[in-house]
Amino acid sequence: MRELSLHINDIVQNSIDADATIIKIFVKEDIEKDNLVIKVEDNGKGIPKEKLDVITDPFETSRTTRRVGLGLSLLEAATQRCEGSLIIKSIRNVKTEVVATFRYNHIDRAPLGNMIDTILSIILSLKENSDLIYEHHYNNKMFTFDTREIKSIIGNQVSINQIEIMNWIKEYIEEGFSNLMEV
Amino acid sequence: MKKSIQELEAIRNKTIDHINLRSGKGGYRVVVGMATCGIAAGARPVMMRLMEEVQKNSLVDVTIAQTGCIGACRLEPIIEVYSPDGSKVTYIKMDEEKAIKVVADHLINGKIVNEYTATTIDGKVVDPEMQ
Repeated sequence: MRELSLHINDIVQNSIDADATIIKIFVKEDIEKDNLVIKVEDNGKGIPKEKLDVITDPFETSRTTRRVGLGLSLLEAATQRCEGSLIIKSIRNVKTEVVATFRYNHIDRAPLGNMIDTILSIILSLKENSDLIYEHHYNNKMFTFDTREIKSIIGNQVSINQIEIMNWIKEYIEEGFSNLMEV
Repeated sequence: MKKSIQELEAIRNKTIDHINLRSGKGGYRVVVGMATCGIAAGARPVMMRLMEEVQKNSLVDVTIAQTGCIGACRLEPIIEVYSPDGSKVTYIKMDEEKAIKVVADHLINGKIVNEYTATTIDGKVVDPEMQ
């Protein structure tokens, strides 16, 4: 994967497949401390203990189309390439979290990439009655986004997947990010 | 923040009007394969392009969704177009240019773009070269 944002797309798909109703993405860019953290947390069905030890093995997968699963293996490789690590914890049906850390300025760290497209495509893939919370820290600043807030405004008659609503969300996030990154 | 809640509320009200205008016939549903294989092959820009084109052409009845692995990773990015009658067309090795054409020909004019479709044998998607 060329961008870390694509890894996030990939990992969140696991949360969706695990029937999570709340998925939280946490990104922290701390340039001074040379640290990048990406955390995906969900309340899905979780990962059994015996699977956790072998989860980043490419030949471990819950998919049924074939016996190879590369998502977490690729993310782990991306972290290790730049002196980071991948930690996965899971309490079944309560909380599962995937925490990827990177050395921010490491030459081999892939760019974060297009997080806006990541958020939008995740919203499109969410099952009904599930929500996404996004929290992005950039040094001392923070941007948050919560589909529950959007849904409370648009009500029941309109789906969040409506193109017009998605477009508003896109502009909202674009604005949030530009505020976040400005000096 | 320039993007205001009032604006979102206005969009909601407009969208409700749109929904009321629809005559009850469902539109096309486009599904994009977004597992590890699809994402790595470039499914996300294809999906974003589909969304833009659908909006640009005001296709209010079209829905776009994503799914996991469709099962033919070497042919990714794959998209499936479901008609209101339930039939399905599978397009393979998609890119943004092809997405524009699928929207223009298939979603707007109902004409399947044959050169991008997959060949299926016994329900399995195979390389188009294998006839």
